Amino acid sequence: MSAAEHATAGPANSTEYITHHLTHLRVGEGFWSFHVDTIFMSVLLGVVTLGLFYSAGRKATVGVPGKWQAFVEMVVEFIDTTVKEVFHLDRSFLAPLALTIFVWVFLMNAMDLLPLDLPGKVAALFGIHYWRAVPTADANTTFAMSLTVLLVVLFYSFKAKGAGGYVHELFTAPFGSNPVLWIPNFVLNLVELLSKPVSLAMRLFGNMYAGELVFMLIALLGAGVFTLTFGSAFGFFGQVAMGAVWAIFHILIITLQAFIFMMLTVVYSAMATEHH
Amino acid sequence: MDINATLLGQMLVFGVLIWFSWKFIWPPLTKAIEDRQKKIAEGLAAAERGQTELQSAHGEAQVIVNAARDQAKKIVDQAHKREVEIVDEARSTAMEEGKRIVDSSRQDAAQEKSRARDELRKDVASLAVAGASRLLQREIDPKAHADLIEQLAREIEGGVTMHG
Repeated sequence: MSAAEHATAGPANSTEYITHHLTHLRVGEGFWSFHVDTIFMSVLLGVVTLGLFYSAGRKATVGVPGKWQAFVEMVVEFIDTTVKEVFHLDRSFLAPLALTIFVWVFLMNAMDLLPLDLPGKVAALFGIHYWRAVPTADANTTFAMSLTVLLVVLFYSFKAKGAGGYVHELFTAPFGSNPVLWIPNFVLNLVELLSKPVSLAMRLFGNMYAGELVFMLIALLGAGVFTLTFGSAFGFFGQVAMGAVWAIFHILIITLQAFIFMMLTVVYSAMATEHH
Repeated sequence: MDINATLLGQMLVFGVLIWFSWKFIWPPLTKAIEDRQKKIAEGLAAAERGQTELQSAHGEAQVIVNAARDQAKKIVDQAHKREVEIVDEARSTAMEEGKRIVDSSRQDAAQEKSRARDELRKDVASLAVAGASRLLQREIDPKAHADLIEQLAREIEGGVTMHG
């Protein structure tokens, strides 16, 4: 029933099955270790999407567009309009950033919709025993993205207010410029600033991790189907029905999470350029 | 949720993706969209211009048609006038000609009549002489009796005139 069966030892019970599915293919020791599955999947998806978008951009005609070009342009226009409504400065960098986030996160999330054991089975063909297919269910990915977004937000803060202006604002807003209030102001601003990447990363990670876990639990419903008892048959139909419902619901979640991540990035950037 | 160097790797990947999208994907796509928008706007403007031109052409054509109609009417009127003139002219010419013909024939008839009368008178005179000679069984000298014959001829002529 699962990729785990191809591992050195098959899963003895549900706990082992889930633990197995939550284990990354890991290289290295301590902090200096890498999740190969996460990096491989995210790079693969990034290259495939950007490659497709790049080909659409290269072959873009001013005349009647092909179907793929029309779709890509629809996505681009949707993102551009969304960014334009929120961010009022030059958006030649922020808009492609938003596009990258939306499309990349959407596709990484979409890996959740692959049959749960399929990536593991494919990996097993290459003699790999652990393979998690959803890069956004790895906190490393979501924090990597949210910290990069934090850098972008800081960049826009400095760009809009200048270094002096931004530091001045860190110490004087929101309570006032009285020296007594400098420390409270700064602490509050620091908390506000750091809460942005944490909330961004944790929201996406939590949603995808929980989603994956629910898929695993649903998969376990049908685990005993080959025992051919009434209970196992009931469990199997439960797996099919609930798996379908959860997968359909998940289509909404993965899109929504990708959009939220993109939207909040744009909103944070827009807030960074506003003067208090 | 264990954080490790994967984070750094993913930041690098994300950065590269953003850079690629920023430099190579966004510009050509937005350019294509904007160019098309411009093209469509131009097309719409051209269509509107064409419509306006069509309307003004319609107006001009109407003016030309009206002018042509006026001219045609003028020409027809002129032709009518000329027709009446020609008919009048022909009528007066014909009447003059007719009158001339009637006059000349009347003259001819009068001439013919007087000539016939003269001839007749002569014939009557010679007949009267011949008749009288027969009656008298002898020659009459027309000269000696010219007065008598002349009178007779005039009487006959008077009778002819009375009956004629």
